[in-house]
Amino acid sequence: MTTQASKRTLFPDQTDVKQRHAALITGSPQTKILTISVIALMAAVALFALFRLEFSLARLGSGIVQLGTFLSLMVPPTPGTQLIGLLKALAETVAIAFLGTLLAAFLSIPLGFLAARNVMANRIVQFFARRFSDSIRGVDTLIWALIWINVVGLGPFAGVLAIMTSDIGSFSKLYSEAIEAVDGKPSEGVTSTGGSKLHAIRFGLVPQVMPVLLSQILYYFESNTRSATIIGIVGAGGIGLYLAEMIRTFEWDQVAFIILMILVTVAAIDFVSSRLRLAIVGERTGRL
Amino acid sequence: MANAITRLPDAQIFSLSAGYRAEMAAKRRTTIIGIAIMAACTVLAGWVAEVDIQKFLANVYRFTDYIGRIFYLDNGRHVFTDIGEWFWGLGKWTRQLLDTLLIAYLGTLLGAIAAFFLCFAASVNLATNPTQRFFARRFLEFCRTVPEIVFALIFVVAFGLGPVPGVLAIMIHTLGALGKLFAEVVENIDMKPVEGAIASGASRWQAIRYAVVPQVLSNFASYGLLRFEINVRGASVMGFVGAGGIGQDLIEAIRKFYYSDVSAILLLIIATVMIIDMVTERIRHNLLTMDRGRT
Repeated sequence: MTTQASKRTLFPDQTDVKQRHAALITGSPQTKILTISVIALMAAVALFALFRLEFSLARLGSGIVQLGTFLSLMVPPTPGTQLIGLLKALAETVAIAFLGTLLAAFLSIPLGFLAARNVMANRIVQFFARRFSDSIRGVDTLIWALIWINVVGLGPFAGVLAIMTSDIGSFSKLYSEAIEAVDGKPSEGVTSTGGSKLHAIRFGLVPQVMPVLLSQILYYFESNTRSATIIGIVGAGGIGLYLAEMIRTFEWDQVAFIILMILVTVAAIDFVSSRLRLAIVGERTGRL
Repeated sequence: MANAITRLPDAQIFSLSAGYRAEMAAKRRTTIIGIAIMAACTVLAGWVAEVDIQKFLANVYRFTDYIGRIFYLDNGRHVFTDIGEWFWGLGKWTRQLLDTLLIAYLGTLLGAIAAFFLCFAASVNLATNPTQRFFARRFLEFCRTVPEIVFALIFVVAFGLGPVPGVLAIMIHTLGALGKLFAEVVENIDMKPVEGAIASGASRWQAIRYAVVPQVLSNFASYGLLRFEINVRGASVMGFVGAGGIGQDLIEAIRKFYYSDVSAILLLIIATVMIIDMVTERIRHNLLTMDRGRT
């Protein structure tokens, strides 16, 4: 009773308000049709995908039951008999990520400049530098690892080269975008006081892009640690080899232990690199 | 004109420049220490990762060789001389590429839906209590730290070979990645509409529907599209562990040295990824301008 009464006092002419603002309340038919058609399209594609990819409730159900069994077998996680080997593989993983990121960071510098619109006057060179880095990025790290294994053989070195290659694509894109975003005035100033083109880059451009780039590189180091944990699956070193083997032989307690090791390592690296980022960049963080 | 620049007395200049030099020396010292630490880490990492420069230099010609070789057919002729022979499996590969795209699509969609329902629990301003937020955050962190290929490996054992484990693996990883980004978007909203909705008697989900969603939807869609783009790349290697898509044929071609097949499949993947990149970028651009036009 009381709520009814208070409602009436709050909105004495509810129907009147509804009538006057009918357009606002129901929304424009145009947006409605657009929304409904977008949702319908997305749902239709999803249904088609479910059908084509052979999803079935029976399969999902039995899979989830299986997963439950695996989970129960995962506790308690144990390192088995190979703790030393696992630790070594983990160190290898971090080393792969570190070296791969570092090499890529250096090697993409020239490509980044070539692909930047405000440094590279030649449009054709700029276009091809862009497409080149796009193609590199289009190929996954695992594929690069397979290719490098053909060159330097199985082992972590192939992993380093794989991480390096796929990162060159990302870094040169990041670099060129950062270079394009800079303020041109400092470079102009350097040139106007008699500096050469190289001077303009060193004193007008580098100080502007450096903090952004360093924080990006650190961010990639973190994400590469994650990638480095899996390239062992194709034989390119690191902990992935052990992980894949343990999964294939159903040693679930050891799988759980390895996953925990990965989680701890990634968390530790996240922590260190965010501290470093703060130290280098100060408060000016922010990913592009 | 000649005395436009006033020169300070020598004593003052001397003390100022000494101060400047001291500052610069300190800065240089930090740089040098930083470089030394980096160098030490590099040497250590090089040792652990078994970097062998000699082996690399002795074998690096194989990389360029390999890249060159994948552009030759089995009969020793250049691939461009016989496009039909080069892309002999076009029909099969197109179907597998379609599968790959569908895996990425379904994984992204399901992951985004799950992330949508979880992100409010993980955001500082909308979580009902700190314990809930803590667990939501740790869960999302777990989902995104474990690489999707690892989930795929486990799911292949549980659900059997095929695209189903691939979709589920991508879904879980997407849930983790998008959940974090969505929560960050939600933390940046204007809280006044939410307060207004709650003050007029809205329940939690009503407030989210009418006060939060209109503010965040275009950002969510933009992040979702970005994730889709990343997931297409991820889905292209799901086949490596038997989780469907074009990766199966690719790893077979690489392992069995079907050189021209490798280049054909790689080119198809790169072209697909580039097209998806362009399309999603266009849509995201439109979303952002639409958003700006409204506010």
